[in-house]
Amino acid sequence: MAAIVPTIRVAATPFDVGAEIAAAQGNDPAVGAVASFVGYCRDEGGRLAALELEHYPGMAERELNRVAGEAIGRWPLYALTIHHRFGKLLPGEPIVLVVTASSHRLAAFEACEYLMDFLKTRAPFWKKEHLKDGTSGDWVAAKDADDRQLDRWK
Amino acid sequence: MTAEPTRLVYFSWVRERIGVQEERRTLPATVKTAGDLVAWLAGQGDNYAYALEAPDSIRVAVDQEHVDHDESIAGAREIALFPPMTGG
Repeated sequence: MAAIVPTIRVAATPFDVGAEIAAAQGNDPAVGAVASFVGYCRDEGGRLAALELEHYPGMAERELNRVAGEAIGRWPLYALTIHHRFGKLLPGEPIVLVVTASSHRLAAFEACEYLMDFLKTRAPFWKKEHLKDGTSGDWVAAKDADDRQLDRWK
Repeated sequence: MTAEPTRLVYFSWVRERIGVQEERRTLPATVKTAGDLVAWLAGQGDNYAYALEAPDSIRVAVDQEHVDHDESIAGAREIALFPPMTGG
């Protein structure tokens, strides 16, 4: 299998999940499985008005490309897509999309999980809460559980 | 080695607490590692001390690559300081 080039996009604008899944399948009869993950902005029990995503331009794309390259080296993938948004996002809006295509489901599922686990701890994005009462809330704290999650890929 | 100023960039609450997004600083020769930089900057004023009061929580990137605190920053053009990431 020739090495594939991942599709990486960091943008303020939304993405089209259906179109990205179709593109990953790419009318390629060798593809037997496409897995996808979409992360959305939650309202945290009605408390949250919006999330503001700050990012490090340049490094964000580089780190997403790096984790994508690691996944491509580890699983036989036909396509790999990561879209990550920045800026102010309202509850219900999609934040991140990962799509993987392979011959079989296990590789597609595993690569998708691996990408999410690593991008959460390595890609330079930070979330700040904006609350419904009009105040600016706290920066979201990183979770130890996200770091522990990486251990299963060793 | 010439003392060229280094571009320092800050993100998230490190940026808010320091009060600037980026600045240029001439680093003293004694600042050799990422950890040295965090310790030295913490002594540059109350805002820096506040932003960097928990050095273990500060992540450092040299020319847009993650580095550990014990790694060298020699030759760096751009150094970023930020808290643990919360994307995804």
